Amino acid sequence: MYGPLWRLLPGPRSVKALQSLILVAGVVVVCFLWLFPAIAPLMPFNDNAVQTGPQSPGLQSPEPTASVP
Amino acid sequence: MKALRWVVGVVGELLITVGLLTLLFVAWQLWWTDVTANREQAVEVQNLERGFLHDDAVTPTPSPAPTPLPTPTATSIAVRSGQPFAIMRIPRFGADYARPVIEGTEKEMLGKGVGHYVGTATPGMLGNFATAGHRTTYGKPYADIDKLQKGDIIVVETKADYIVYAVQRHVIVTPDHVEVIAPVPQRPGVAPTEAWMTMTACEPKFSARLRYVVFSKLVEIIPRADGLPASLMVVPRGVS
Repeated sequence: MYGPLWRLLPGPRSVKALQSLILVAGVVVVCFLWLFPAIAPLMPFNDNAVQTGPQSPGLQSPEPTASVP
Repeated sequence: MKALRWVVGVVGELLITVGLLTLLFVAWQLWWTDVTANREQAVEVQNLERGFLHDDAVTPTPSPAPTPLPTPTATSIAVRSGQPFAIMRIPRFGADYARPVIEGTEKEMLGKGVGHYVGTATPGMLGNFATAGHRTTYGKPYADIDKLQKGDIIVVETKADYIVYAVQRHVIVTPDHVEVIAPVPQRPGVAPTEAWMTMTACEPKFSARLRYVVFSKLVEIIPRADGLPASLMVVPRGVS
């Protein structure tokens, strides 16, 4: 997987290494700016509010129903 | 045989990649969200500060009428969901601690600052001004909620007033205990006669299993024109 990619990159070894670094940096940027912000809401550890139901953090129905993870 | 080795090699590289990406996600969640959210929230506080001053100039009082005595049933602010409307200052969290207060407590809003539970009292109002904040990540406005001690001052700055609360007590509950944001905290259905404030955050840190809840009571409402006494904002000693 990474072997063929390495061979695909043109130039001598130092140039290949530089290009690899740029590719890695690109992946990190894509992850930080788009991928991670998109999947973070799906993570179970980001709740800080008390709430009555999974999708109603408001106070319309003051009886506590199910506990939210 | 050669094909098998190739397949095993690719699978191995994929697993390593997934592992590295997971570590990268942890780094993003624990570190980068703080970096960006702190920056955005600082900018938002500046915008609010400017807005508070500016709006006064835009909507001038026709004559220098004497300001009526502020009562706990002060202005109810109509705020759109997701809009910042106040600045929270807590000396215990540091002399320069200032966070925007956003209408709503959904994840999107809690990333922008402290969230105000929709439908609960507005700052200084009779009832319960209930808020939620991140304990970790996204600027973690309530990171040190467990350091708050009885008597600690919390100032909520709105366009009109500085609303001063003092910490009374805390509880740790499961997330379904919505009575902590009742008009009289923990006494649902009782008509309020005082102005309270509730703060909720994750407990323990890095978990969403429980909620750390702090109750504070209104001390006074200081009109913006009178300025915020510096003595109020002194960082308390004896940090635990």
